[in-house]
Amino acid sequence: MTLSVALSHAFASTHINVAFEVPAAGVTVLFGPSGAGKSTIINAAAGLLRPDRCRIAVGGDVLVDTEAGIWLPPEKRRIGLVFQDSRLFPHMSVETNLRYGLRRVAGGPIAFGDVVDLLGISALLKRRPHTLSGGERQRVAIGRALLAQPRLLLMDEPLASLDATRKAEIMPFLTRLKSALDLPVIYVTHSLDELARLADSLVLLEAGSVTAFGPVAEVAARADLALGQREDAGALVECVVDAHDTVRVLSLLRGGGAMFWVPLMDTPVGVACRIRIPAREVILASEPPRGISLHNIIAGVVRRTAVDRRTVMVELALPDGALLARVTPDAVARLALLPGAPALALIKSTSIEVIGH
Amino acid sequence: MNFSLSPEEWEAVWLTLGVAARAVGFGLPVAVVVAWVLVRYRFPGRPILNALVHLPMVLPPVVTGWLLLILFGVRGPLGALLFDLFGIRLVFTTAGAALACAVMTFPVMVRSIRLSLEAVDPRLEHAARTLGASTLDRLITVTLPLASPGILVGAVVAYATCLGEFGAVITFAANIPGQTQTLPLAIYAALQVPGGEAKAAELSMVSLTLALIGLLLSEWLNKRLNLLLGR
Repeated sequence: MTLSVALSHAFASTHINVAFEVPAAGVTVLFGPSGAGKSTIINAAAGLLRPDRCRIAVGGDVLVDTEAGIWLPPEKRRIGLVFQDSRLFPHMSVETNLRYGLRRVAGGPIAFGDVVDLLGISALLKRRPHTLSGGERQRVAIGRALLAQPRLLLMDEPLASLDATRKAEIMPFLTRLKSALDLPVIYVTHSLDELARLADSLVLLEAGSVTAFGPVAEVAARADLALGQREDAGALVECVVDAHDTVRVLSLLRGGGAMFWVPLMDTPVGVACRIRIPAREVILASEPPRGISLHNIIAGVVRRTAVDRRTVMVELALPDGALLARVTPDAVARLALLPGAPALALIKSTSIEVIGH
Repeated sequence: MNFSLSPEEWEAVWLTLGVAARAVGFGLPVAVVVAWVLVRYRFPGRPILNALVHLPMVLPPVVTGWLLLILFGVRGPLGALLFDLFGIRLVFTTAGAALACAVMTFPVMVRSIRLSLEAVDPRLEHAARTLGASTLDRLITVTLPLASPGILVGAVVAYATCLGEFGAVITFAANIPGQTQTLPLAIYAALQVPGGEAKAAELSMVSLTLALIGLLLSEWLNKRLNLLLGR
């Protein structure tokens, strides 16, 4: 089951030409600057835009194929769309809004009560949209889209119009949604935090074309891409909790073919989680140091380097993953950090950000 | 001034209210459809349709009445058809007065409905579309409810305007007491008779009161409905 998108469309001032294929499961994040083509993809998938040339298929269902002359109108696609501005119907109560799509489908697996519980909106049902806060409105909009029983859910920067507090308020609902529903999601965002928390697959876009796509841990840790060269770049590693050491107040995670010590976690052994290791927190060494407070000394091989103005981003291959380290050109020269050279990554356990499962 | 109206005068008042009700009742649905077409669709004949709709606003009402006579007279193309098929005669009847009023107030209704339809956020219609609503479904459940303040205000203003229609009504439906003699026609008739000034003044006061009520009602409706829509 894959989700495949190929489209090309000429706007007055820009040209969008993208193609990618990701698993039709979990969350696929479209990431890139404004004007990169993210919203074009969303609108084409929803059917609100008719691109010059386009083929979009979810699993075996072809939604649009301009070559073959297939074009399902939006109302027949069963594609849920959550907009940046919630677009709730102002003349209807929250409950009527929620049931709008539900009343127009033959039936489906997503039940009204489940969605209301999942999104914590049972107290809002009788209210009117204009009496809700921005965060509440977005939760209702997500519920309304889900209840239309979509086969694919599109979310176009759903948190962009909210302040930090509201974002933090909604994020737990989104992660809950991800684990509770078996529904492919395409999620557009500018935020590295949302990407790190939600993405399973990642599609990087720039100036109307795709620069890379694939599993998020693979794409995020590439030093040759804009994402891996950002000031706040960092590697993502999918892990499993391996052991807890309550005496030393540490937990051991296994992932990427390596072991990572982090401050003691509550998560039980065997549970999956994701860690983010900021590139600027990683020190590279050619031999293990002695007498040092740090717990994580991880062996890898330099895969590639990318030179910035004053720093160098080093991509370090692990047996089954990669790390990013931002160092100086001087360090690269002294340690001879050329592609193929072995190196040790030194990471403080407190520098590793554990992202809940 | 004595304000007790004679039975004939009351008859003119009720007739006027009835004629206006029929004019708006039949005209409004047509006006909604025409406004919708003008707002949402681009087609070759659009400027002509737009001009036709607005014609009664700029034509002398007598000319509109005369055109109606030509079209809907017993020997006119549409009038003959109506008479042959349904036995309906519009010239010199109450229904004819209502038709004349409907045509005269049609531009007012279309304009007001058009403005309110244009004010409906098309992005809400897009949202409805992704939720599975077809074109007609979207019109009924999203667009018309959101445009309802403008539509209702348009209807009330058109109703109030109907109460004062003169030229087209008298040309097409004539001035027959009890059948086509609405308030303005009755006032005109009173002024033609020596010593009819008092009667004309009374009827004018009624006319003024009705017009005032109509305008106040439209204002109030607009506020109420927008409040209901959360605006």
